Amino acid sequence: MREVRLVYFAWVRERIGVGDEIVSLPDTVVTAGDLIAFLKTRGEDYAAALEHENVIRVAIDQEHVEHDEPLGAAREIALFPPMTGG
Amino acid sequence: MASDSAPLSAPAPVTVRVQAEDFDTAAEIESLSAGRTDIGAVVTFSGLCREEKGVLSALELEHYPGMAEAEIRRICEEAITRFDLQGATAIHRFGRIDPGARIVLVIAASTHRQAAFDGASFIMDYLKTAAPFWKKEHLKDGTARGWVSAQDADDTARERWARG
Repeated sequence: MREVRLVYFAWVRERIGVGDEIVSLPDTVVTAGDLIAFLKTRGEDYAAALEHENVIRVAIDQEHVEHDEPLGAAREIALFPPMTGG
Repeated sequence: MASDSAPLSAPAPVTVRVQAEDFDTAAEIESLSAGRTDIGAVVTFSGLCREEKGVLSALELEHYPGMAEAEIRRICEEAITRFDLQGATAIHRFGRIDPGARIVLVIAASTHRQAAFDGASFIMDYLKTAAPFWKKEHLKDGTARGWVSAQDADDTARERWARG
């Protein structure tokens, strides 16, 4: 188990119900995709927020990554929808 | 090595700000180009809040503090290298934005105009799809229409810069 800080934005944040939290990850969670699958087991809110896994974007320590990226020694992992700035 | 327009190899300045406050477009252009004699072209892009045929009361811009600035800076620095820009400025607001108000400003400066046009366009295309900002629409009837969906057209606009 290891602890990481998770941060959520936009409708991912709204559906999960918090903007950030510290979560203990089991050792089976290796990649960003594993993290999303793990979070979906934490309750209905998480399952609803992450239902369409393929649209969820991930950033590790504030850098964009693909879902197959290993989390490594990440301190902060962000999950958010496709961006709509500009 | 030195060209007629860039006698010094000083690094091109990049200014990035993410802020709630409005900005002064003319002052930002002046700030980028004042005292410079190597700049021959300045292109600016301003993104404004539309009222969406009268139904929108405001946009709410959420961002990822820290990463938003870092991503925009990375995009600007890539544009400077790729288009040999003499400088770039990008300012993006967050929080509540009323119809007609400014949301984003991009300024690209170069020795000749095409690089400035291309640089500003490149920065905007990447900013829209890679900078962590999200827009939520609030309607005049008091309801929230919800989060703006990402547009395929924005991905297409970015892809045109991909190198084969």
